[in-house]
Amino acid sequence: MTVLAFGVVVWLIVIGLYGVVTSRNLIHLVVCISVAQSATDILILEIGYVDHGHAPVFVSLPKHPGPTVDGIMQALSLTDVVLGAAVSALLLALVVQIHKRTGTLDPDHLRTVADEQP
Amino acid sequence: MSRRTRLTVFAVAAVGLAVALGIGLGGLPRFGAPASAYARILNTLSVPQRHATDVVSAISFDYRGIDTLFEEFILFAAVAGISILLRPLGDETRRLPEDQAAGRRIPPPSPAVGLLGILLSPLLVVAGLETVTHGQVSPGGGFQGGVVLASALFVVYLATSYSVVERFEPGALIEAADGAGAGGYVAVGILGLLGGAAYLTNVVGLGQPGNLISGGTLPILNAVVGLEVAGGFVLLAKEFLDQTAVIRGGA
Repeated sequence: MTVLAFGVVVWLIVIGLYGVVTSRNLIHLVVCISVAQSATDILILEIGYVDHGHAPVFVSLPKHPGPTVDGIMQALSLTDVVLGAAVSALLLALVVQIHKRTGTLDPDHLRTVADEQP
Repeated sequence: MSRRTRLTVFAVAAVGLAVALGIGLGGLPRFGAPASAYARILNTLSVPQRHATDVVSAISFDYRGIDTLFEEFILFAAVAGISILLRPLGDETRRLPEDQAAGRRIPPPSPAVGLLGILLSPLLVVAGLETVTHGQVSPGGGFQGGVVLASALFVVYLATSYSVVERFEPGALIEAADGAGAGGYVAVGILGLLGGAAYLTNVVGLGQPGNLISGGTLPILNAVVGLEVAGGFVLLAKEFLDQTAVIRGGA
């Protein structure tokens, strides 16, 4: 179970980076980055998971609720989700401006300033 | 660099990354292992010490409150950065869309979508406020509730049209909400200093655990964060929609 759980994390990071490397469209590239980034969400939640644990919320509980999962990891994953959204939005804004300036979304067709010098 | 060389370089790097990750992850406790001592201590302290029954909120906004302050400012900086990136450029103008072909009938939005919007947007406002205000009692809080609140306005976009919303949307007020939410967190932190304790110390009356008014500064911080997140996400959507609907390219 441990191998499967952490294997998913490795798989998501590697497949996300593969998408970044082979991407032919900048919007696709931003989605690939958020796939790779979602691996950290899953990793944080997996570290905090406790067998048969319930949420660390102590209101209207049955008599013997058993162990709780790690609340610190849940708080960290909240940070991670917010950062993921912020990074994706900022990158998409850059993509909008790149498309406006250059008329292309293909990263291979973007030229550096040096290329444009005659 | 050709695609083939790029893939070869990536393949080598990916193998290295996978090995390094495998070694790193191998050092972690097994999946489902008992929670860390820190987590267990916080579980036992949160209710008696802070009167907050949601330990995750107590950690986010109290025990690790300074982290959340920075997290909130990262979101604020991202929204401000997007506003700057997507401002009208030198050769662009802002103009609301209007029909150029006189006499053409524009099909109105579907009545079914309109009805759904009327039903859904007040429900989303209530659900958002409920999520923001109950953060210290049950799962929820400012970040989650703020996004729900912002989505209430997105439903109005869907049910009407962007040019309708653009006419009545108080842009300055939304920007002020975003800024006030971010500044409010800093101000609540200063309450601790005024009370003669450290920054962000929970000095407000703690209330009854499980009640809506409990947890001291937790509900106040959740409210300001909710304001900031709701304002920020509305502003975000507005900036992107402006690009397609309002901002016109140069000649």
